[in-house]
Amino acid sequence: MKILIKNANIIDPINNLRGKHDLMIVNGKIEKIATEISVEEIIKEEYKIVDLEGKYLLPGLIDMHTHLREPGYEDKETIKSGCEAAAAGGFTTIACMPNTKPVADNAATVEYIKSKAENALVKVIPIGSITKKSEGKELAEIGFLKEAGVRALSDDGYPVMNSEIMRRAMEYSGSFDLPIISHCEDIDLVAEGVMNEGYNSTILGLKGIPAAAEEIMISRDIILAEFTGAQLHIAHISTKRGLDMLAEAKKKGVKVSAETTPHHLVLSDDAVKGYNPDTKVNPPLRSEEDIQALREGIKSGIIEVIATDHAPHTYEDKLGEYNYAAFGISGFETAISLLYSNLIAKDIISFEDLVLLMGKNPARILGLDYPGIKENAIADLIVFDDKNKWKLEKKNMKSKGKNTPFAGQEMQGKVILTIVDGKIVYNDMKGKGELCYG
Amino acid sequence: MALNRKDFLGLYNVSSEEISEILTTAEAMKEIFTRSVKKIPTLRGKTIVNLFFEPSTRTRSSFDLAAKRLSADVMSIAKSSSSVVKGETLLDTARTLEVMGADLVVVRHSVPGAAEFLANNLKAGVLNAGDGPHAHPTQALLDLYTIKEKLGKIEGLKVLLVGDIAHSRVARSNIWGLNKMGAEVRVVGPASLMPRDIEKMGAQVYTDIDEALDGVDVVNILRIQLERQAKGLFPSIREYRQFYGVSEERLNKLENEVLIMHPGPMNRGVEIESSVADSENSVITEQVRNGVAIRMALLYLLAGRKVENEDIN
Repeated sequence: MKILIKNANIIDPINNLRGKHDLMIVNGKIEKIATEISVEEIIKEEYKIVDLEGKYLLPGLIDMHTHLREPGYEDKETIKSGCEAAAAGGFTTIACMPNTKPVADNAATVEYIKSKAENALVKVIPIGSITKKSEGKELAEIGFLKEAGVRALSDDGYPVMNSEIMRRAMEYSGSFDLPIISHCEDIDLVAEGVMNEGYNSTILGLKGIPAAAEEIMISRDIILAEFTGAQLHIAHISTKRGLDMLAEAKKKGVKVSAETTPHHLVLSDDAVKGYNPDTKVNPPLRSEEDIQALREGIKSGIIEVIATDHAPHTYEDKLGEYNYAAFGISGFETAISLLYSNLIAKDIISFEDLVLLMGKNPARILGLDYPGIKENAIADLIVFDDKNKWKLEKKNMKSKGKNTPFAGQEMQGKVILTIVDGKIVYNDMKGKGELCYG
Repeated sequence: MALNRKDFLGLYNVSSEEISEILTTAEAMKEIFTRSVKKIPTLRGKTIVNLFFEPSTRTRSSFDLAAKRLSADVMSIAKSSSSVVKGETLLDTARTLEVMGADLVVVRHSVPGAAEFLANNLKAGVLNAGDGPHAHPTQALLDLYTIKEKLGKIEGLKVLLVGDIAHSRVARSNIWGLNKMGAEVRVVGPASLMPRDIEKMGAQVYTDIDEALDGVDVVNILRIQLERQAKGLFPSIREYRQFYGVSEERLNKLENEVLIMHPGPMNRGVEIESSVADSENSVITEQVRNGVAIRMALLYLLAGRKVENEDIN
């Protein structure tokens, strides 16, 4: 496919590119970028011409924390449906967590995921588990996992409670240049908690999860990372105090990074009032004070990554009583619009920051190339229309998981085109939300 | 006058005027108790379902009797909590009740928010008879009624709640209700049984019971669930009795007399000494009696509106 993009308002902090440009895509790569490429220069029949007047063109985004549920939980999501949702959300590369069934603790499961992802709309990077079955007892065969293609290790969904095992995992993974992505949660402190512990859990009568449950493990993992020299990435950080510890560790030179999620940047535990199970997420939605700290964190660069923690569930998984509902929010299709309307449009972060937080930085942590928008680079691109007002309706979601607290909400700004390897995989330029295979 | 609401889920979203209306109606209902035929035809032709997912003798029989005294048709459905671990069961149950034409559903459930979930999914009115540690509005109302009956007022009184505040729906509903009616609320218990930020609800928090008791008019003693000790929330029953049990000796040290309340069932000799439970100042049995009047009042006021389900009937 050859594409001529006209009048794109490019934003690319990688190559310091901002402003109106034309762009030619040939054989999966960006062949030419110029302030103007005239239509006369090309053979019209060979090119698809896309006029982006008034729209933003950004490098494709990377979501480094997702759950595709396959193998094992195909009723929640499949690699195919997950990638379709990711494409619709503006992600060109996604990393999937190993908490499938079987757990991706072995090369065969990783190979299976890769084979299923071959024809998917976006690129899939598997993450292997730290321990066998993510049980936190014995190390997984990390070397074989690396050979099979994993770019990071995580027991996401569960913490590695045993400090000795975590220490050995950090020591051992270093030889394979694999970062450890840590799900920081002291499960004894969590007990049967279902939401953030605070005034709202008190009045709702729901069992609270104290911020300390997360902070204690962040603290332990930072200490171990300093001790072992490992590269530690803290998944879905959600508390102010956790951020303080992260900042201090970075100052000391510990190799630690962290991510937060769009929902933790946007919603507080006030959203749990009414007991909507779609607000049940792990870590839980925290206080207003935590939200402000997280926003400061992404602004100052203490938090380097925003990831969705896309966690799709079936209708039944989220039906009924709050206590019994599954944890998680289906996040691909709302992430960029939420970040735009709550942060970018309010000048809290810029589009450039977004590309760093959801592109360059996750690429660096996972050891991926991220050339941005330049000639000869792979054409992984997205188009964002900041004037597009739309309403999120569950029935229109591409993900099998319709579990989102944002359903019915008016959104400002939308990804309307996703290009992977030079091919348009998602096209919403005419409001049809088309997925494009082949 | 009927309450202008479909459901009654807690006291957190009820006005003081509505509470006064319920208390006044309960007075009229209590008068019926003195008649030789303790029954009025007010809810004849209405169907009330008692849906109890959690074991309860006192609340269920109280609602049952209240509905019968108002001549309603009553169905009682009891389910063991183990059979409702999946949400769809609750929704399916709701739908079953819908087609059976229930006008009011009285629900007791171990999970907070279960009553609200049913309310959102039923055309019939839903009356919360206790949902986990969230709310138990009829208990709080009968407590308010009893205080008013015995002391002549609620406003300006100092009321102390003693015990496991963290896991108590009675405590939460009492705090909302007492605050709305102008009382001063104190809570006391081991810090491990005190929920976070409870003071923001409008309660003064104490961990020393003798300090907390000083100057109060009413002491409402909550049942201590003995299994909490196994979970490490307090060290032993012996220690609990010593530091938080309401004993005669403790009360004798006070300058004024206090009204003794307990929502039951009591652990005699643990949170409340028998001599206190059976003392002249104790209104524990009167609470049970008033419970029927309060529930009659609420059923009457809620069923007083036109129920959408009447079309199905």
